[in-house]
Amino acid sequence: MTAGGDLPAGRDLPEAQPLLRISDLTVRFGPVRAVNGVSLAVAAGPFGLGLVGESGSGKSTIGRTILRLVRSSGGSITFAGSDVGSLRGAALKAYRRDVQIVFQDPDNSLDPRMRIGATIGEVLRAHHVVPRGAITERVGALIAEAGLDPEFAQRYPHQMSGGQRQRVAIARALSVQPRLLVLDEPTSALDVRSQAQILKLIARLRSEHNLSYLLITHNFGVVSELCEQTAVLYLGKIAEIGTTHVLLRAPAHPYTVALRSAVPEVTVAGRRSRIVLPGDPPDATSPPSGCVFHTRCPLAVARCRTEVPLLREAGPAHQVACHRAEDVLAGAEMPTHRRPAAVERREASASELP
Amino acid sequence: MTGTGRLGISGLQISFGSRQVVSIEELRLGHAEILGLAGESGSGKSMTTLAILGLAHTVGASVSGSITLDGQELAALPQERLREIRGRRIAAIFQSSATAFNPVYRVGTVVTKALRLHGASKSDAADQAAEAMRQVLLSPDLMRRYPSQLSGGQLQRVAIALAVALRAEILLADEPTSALDVTVQAEVLDLLRDLRESVGMSILFISHDLAVVAELCDRVAVMRHGLIVEQGPASRVLAAPAHPYTAELLESVPTLASPL
Repeated sequence: MTAGGDLPAGRDLPEAQPLLRISDLTVRFGPVRAVNGVSLAVAAGPFGLGLVGESGSGKSTIGRTILRLVRSSGGSITFAGSDVGSLRGAALKAYRRDVQIVFQDPDNSLDPRMRIGATIGEVLRAHHVVPRGAITERVGALIAEAGLDPEFAQRYPHQMSGGQRQRVAIARALSVQPRLLVLDEPTSALDVRSQAQILKLIARLRSEHNLSYLLITHNFGVVSELCEQTAVLYLGKIAEIGTTHVLLRAPAHPYTVALRSAVPEVTVAGRRSRIVLPGDPPDATSPPSGCVFHTRCPLAVARCRTEVPLLREAGPAHQVACHRAEDVLAGAEMPTHRRPAAVERREASASELP
Repeated sequence: MTGTGRLGISGLQISFGSRQVVSIEELRLGHAEILGLAGESGSGKSMTTLAILGLAHTVGASVSGSITLDGQELAALPQERLREIRGRRIAAIFQSSATAFNPVYRVGTVVTKALRLHGASKSDAADQAAEAMRQVLLSPDLMRRYPSQLSGGQLQRVAIALAVALRAEILLADEPTSALDVTVQAEVLDLLRDLRESVGMSILFISHDLAVVAELCDRVAVMRHGLIVEQGPASRVLAAPAHPYTAELLESVPTLASPL
């Protein structure tokens, strides 16, 4: 798939004044620190920041906190220079227009009893985007821009496929001409063909609208084509952050290596041995001491159990929170899952092909 | 995998009223083979699973044609005979393991109950359930938990443990990893591979994702609009697809090559 093939070359780092800056963000739910001291920046568009991690890593909580759907417990979020937490009245309403979110499951974000046209029209009306008389026409244009027939305005969500519903959710988010989109697992509920189409749509809209977005996903394959920068999260903390191609080619954190190796690949050449992470992610109510990843890390040493690794430079535009980053970069061996005989057989026969 | 195979489908037609949704001329699953059935939503792959389980009528579909298990025609069997086969010899796991478990029962109860239904004594059922949990790399202690207290990956493992406990010979796996994180998906794929190796389970693996099929399956059949458009060894089909639709599905798989 080449969704991002014609994108302009990305910049390495957000410039001095990013559109969105998250500093030392902490979000607590009772005893759980879902987000624990995360700092990120999103440049003005076109720019994509990927947030990658497993369930429970805090990636969706960060997205929701940006939208003020969840309250932060510490740290700050600034958008275009102003503090998001202290926005009130008209400024808050303007912010709610500037920043939009697309959720994983369009079934839960579209009202089943409203026609698509009414769903999108409601947003246009609430934010006075166009004069009343022009709403129908604009709705048609937005639906067409999302790659659907304008006739779909007459349909109900249940009369559409999952991919089509997600296009509607994107059209609705774009209807108010936002400056920042939070895309929370926008393709995880779709089959790969619809996923490819949605990723292509995001790539197209990104250049047409100079969009900035935060793309939240558990799948490295999704960020690789759409995000200049990627942050890998584990248990509410940033494990590694840098330009996406650096994280893919020369990851410095063992967790990044493992996440990358878990992405299934079609070609035998693309497939690499999967790094085995023993056990399940730890209980978030009592995170491990030292490095939170040490309980599953194949490279953990005594120091990792006691000393919290800080984010530090691993290279240009590349930071990592790991005591053993140098060893990872030098290609330290990690235990891999044994390739079963049948697969080896298949690989052998594949290589015999002309 | 030549010969008749363990599970054989021929001339299978599934329809809702006058609308035909599946028409499969020939599909065979061999002993200890993993066969991928790939296609998009609506291609008929899940209806095929239901037909094999003899459950297509429960969603209002009518089925004709032949489905055999070791040569025995399943379509001709009365429902109570079919019930003995279903679960015991042919087990199924689905995309959402959360909806497959009754939320008010501890997961261990679900497993032991199924074993009791298929004839195990009370103490045997408990032992076999614990052993099956270990085989899918879960602690038997988790059997005391309710479905809501387990992660999606753990629940999917319990569903597989149920198939293992019943010594199912054939596992129908309908998008079992589509709702899981890629890391957990990789673990479940490892587990399915290991079960094929250790107990010789035959697996019909249904997925929309050809990358997952490539990682796991020996052979693949690609389905579109209810028809199999191409089938063959996974290495051949995925390296050199003969049908344009297969090529299109392959194109859709995200890669780790970053153009940015």
